[in-house]
Amino acid sequence: MSDKLTVRQVGDVTVLDAAGRITLGEGASTFREKIRELVSDGRKKILLNLAQVSYIDSSGIGEMVSGFTSVTNNGGQLKLVGLSKRVKDLLQITKLYTVFDAYDDEAEAVRSFS
Amino acid sequence: MLTIRLPRNSLMAKTQDSLPSTLDSVDRAEELALREAESFGLDEDDRMQFGMAVRECMVNAVVHGNGYSSNKVVHLEIDRTEEQLAVTIGDEGSGFDLALLPDPLAPENLMRQSGRGLLLIRAFVDEFDLHVRPGGGTEVRMIKHHTKS
Repeated sequence: MSDKLTVRQVGDVTVLDAAGRITLGEGASTFREKIRELVSDGRKKILLNLAQVSYIDSSGIGEMVSGFTSVTNNGGQLKLVGLSKRVKDLLQITKLYTVFDAYDDEAEAVRSFS
Repeated sequence: MLTIRLPRNSLMAKTQDSLPSTLDSVDRAEELALREAESFGLDEDDRMQFGMAVRECMVNAVVHGNGYSSNKVVHLEIDRTEEQLAVTIGDEGSGFDLALLPDPLAPENLMRQSGRGLLLIRAFVDEFDLHVRPGGGTEVRMIKHHTKS
């Protein structure tokens, strides 16, 4: 799905840094697999950092929705940070801006996890 | 691929291609559309949106229309005049009824993984038309008008 996905820990929050293009393609299952891995590892507070994402299409949005559902169904929370104007526009058009808890600032996003 | 350049005040450029039903073709069509969008004079945001509309339409044709079949191609046509940039994408699938597609903005569909492609296409172009392609399959025509400031 993405050119690059890396995981780091900030306190008890797992930050998933995505970079590059998030589109249908050979890496389409990478994000799903990573979320599945984090969920099975017992991570409950996941922050998806999209600051380095240059492009996202409807398949990428679908993967984010799927990841959100997977984390939520396992009693966790998935939030977003670092959305570009273009990504915000996409979430507005698809009405998903009301679904995802999104932040501009990482520290604020980390603090928001209950 | 055939590219023809014609005199001013008429068709400025016309690109026609038959692309295999692969994801590489999705990238190829997006590249061609972005190149024409730049020649057309769209700004960066409009180019990105137009390119995404073409990309989403190509994904529909390759994945849902032709089902990745090596026996089927996607028909791509890009027409650029001074006034408008038009892209026509046709598949060789069995077609579908637009009215039967679930509304991706309905509350009960909001969390579905797929089904947002046409919503984005319509949001990013000025004109959108979907019809049965002559000879079978589905054909989509998308137009972006020039907005002179």
